[in-house]
Amino acid sequence: MDIEGRQVLEMGYGGAERITMNMGPQHPSSHGVFRAILTLEGETVIAVDAVVGYLHRCHEKLSETLTYTQYPSIASKTDYVAAMTSELAYVRAAEMIGKIDVPKRAEYVRVIAAELQRVASHCLWLGTWCLDMGGALGGGATVFLYCIREREDVLDLFESLTGARLLYGLHQVGGVRYDIPAGWATQCRQTVDKIDRRIDEFEEMLESNAFFMARTQGVGVASRELAQEVGISGPLLRGSGVNYDIRRAEPYSSYGDFDFKVPVETAGDCFARYRVRMVEFRESIKIVRQALDGLPAGPISSRPGVKSVGQVRIPKGEAYARVEGARGEVGCYLIADGSAKPYRMKWRGASFSNLAILPHIIPGHKVADVVAIMGSVDPVFGEVDR
Amino acid sequence: MTAAIYAFIVGFIVLNGIIGVVTYITLLERKFAARMQSRIGPYYLGWPHGWLQPIADALKLMMKEDIVPALADRRVYNLAPIVFLVPCMLIFATLPFAPGLGVADLNIGILFFLAVSAMEIVGLFMGGWGSNNKYALLSVMRAVNQIISYDLPFIFAALVPALLAGSLKLSGIAAAQPDVLHWFIFYPVIGQLAFVAYIVAMLAAENRVPFDILEAESELIAGFRVEYSGMKFALIQLGEYAHITATSFLGALLFLGAWSGPGAAEHPGLGILYFLLKAVGIFLLVTWVRWSFVRIRVDQILAISWKLLLPATLVLLMATAVVVAWKGPVVG
Repeated sequence: MDIEGRQVLEMGYGGAERITMNMGPQHPSSHGVFRAILTLEGETVIAVDAVVGYLHRCHEKLSETLTYTQYPSIASKTDYVAAMTSELAYVRAAEMIGKIDVPKRAEYVRVIAAELQRVASHCLWLGTWCLDMGGALGGGATVFLYCIREREDVLDLFESLTGARLLYGLHQVGGVRYDIPAGWATQCRQTVDKIDRRIDEFEEMLESNAFFMARTQGVGVASRELAQEVGISGPLLRGSGVNYDIRRAEPYSSYGDFDFKVPVETAGDCFARYRVRMVEFRESIKIVRQALDGLPAGPISSRPGVKSVGQVRIPKGEAYARVEGARGEVGCYLIADGSAKPYRMKWRGASFSNLAILPHIIPGHKVADVVAIMGSVDPVFGEVDR
Repeated sequence: MTAAIYAFIVGFIVLNGIIGVVTYITLLERKFAARMQSRIGPYYLGWPHGWLQPIADALKLMMKEDIVPALADRRVYNLAPIVFLVPCMLIFATLPFAPGLGVADLNIGILFFLAVSAMEIVGLFMGGWGSNNKYALLSVMRAVNQIISYDLPFIFAALVPALLAGSLKLSGIAAAQPDVLHWFIFYPVIGQLAFVAYIVAMLAAENRVPFDILEAESELIAGFRVEYSGMKFALIQLGEYAHITATSFLGALLFLGAWSGPGAAEHPGLGILYFLLKAVGIFLLVTWVRWSFVRIRVDQILAISWKLLLPATLVLLMATAVVVAWKGPVVG
């Protein structure tokens, strides 16, 4: 984009009057602790520099000190908004190295958990994004509170499944820890039906609102080429017109059994990303329903007797497991040395890679668009900094 | 001398009444917003339904530490809340609350109201400039842009009823609308258009969502008052709500017939109640908009004003003038 030309046209001066403004790490819309150093000319952002790392907790080193039984409960702390996905990536990496079978029922429970988690995560994303654009003292807060209400229902489901509401520890190497309790399937169906209806309401409330459209359409356009070059993934990538979803490209767990669509939008702006996520809501709900219908009987883990922390030993080897999280590709690279603890581990956080798009798409926009674009990227800083 | 004493007493009553109304209008807004968002809102302080909440808020703000940033322009920074509050309170002076009940029913009441109400920008700018904060500076830059852009349509929309009534005196405009059918909102076409323009311009002039870009807490944290705390913050907040209450009253007076209504001619007390209810109605309309829209961007706000609202209100004002020249003003 020819920013200099735009400046002269709009503001009437060549651009010598610049100020530097820190947005974050303490800022109402930093979605955690993110510091964006903006260079402004008037209201227009001409450069953005990102500083991450405020939430670094040595996850990768920590994993070397914890056994395969212990770490899945900690893995959920990387992306605490969609905790199920990182657990899944970790145990899948271990299972790939050890060639451990996972019973069909466990695979289905994993898929149900992952998709419910996607719904919960997108709920929070929609709410916080509208909060970014509409303000905590305005219409944004209204959407936020509606979304939180829906997310609560999903968290209730997780609570009755695992006993926890945020960090679950559902997965273990070889299966899942908890079976579906009695009556849970019915409760789950009711919840997803309700959310399905509520999504219609959200769409109606937002898309018939001219101001919402004005704030999102044509804002923060990431072209297909740029998206592929930077290496973003998930809804962002699909919003830029790339039809790529790991659930489809490389079906893991039991995703091959289900019928679902992968939404793709070509515009690449904030609105396209919004549309992709709104369709994903519905597709996730569809998958949950199918999985509940076809839930097979049988054991929930191939190693049900695991009680003590050091009992799982993974043979020497290495593997990269990736899953489609709510924000994109969540990958776990694991090197095992035959003991009960991994030798090395590396996370690929979807948010971290997605953030790299910001310096490419923010310059040339107004300050107000910075928060809209950042919200549409949906970063979770636990995952960025790990 | 007796006139001065009378004016002093009336002024004292009105000022304190206004502060009371303004304090409780915040509670009303919070309750209303809570219902919209499927919440309950303030509940525990004062039975029933948290009616002591505004007093608790004020007490809390009084207790808070008063912070002056080290590099702030102290004099400007400290003066700003007062400069901001005074015009917001002063505009109540010309508002008549019932026939003959008001501090000063000026001949040019509406002009005084509009002129003084536009002066809040001075205090606002002083606050943003004096705090020596980049967020505050950006905020007041936006504020100056926005208030200049929206005061014109606001004035034009407010002048439509003045033209129709053939009077700049607020009590004269109210008197031209003696019963429901004569309310200016029911004046064919012109009345409705002017009312819509008034509400939109009012939203912008009051910095309410969707036009609250100068507060914009998701980008600018709290805008021009980001450095204020304690009582200074409370004064700014009071000024803001006083201003919006005054414009709600003005809207009720210009378009909804002020105190007119069934039985109001015999019982002036009833008239005051009607006036209050109408103003609260306008306030709730604005609140409803506030809690359902997202904020729009500064360039879009300016585009709406200069490309749409300003020409539209100008044409409307001219059309009203033509109608009045042809049919003569409405005389109640």
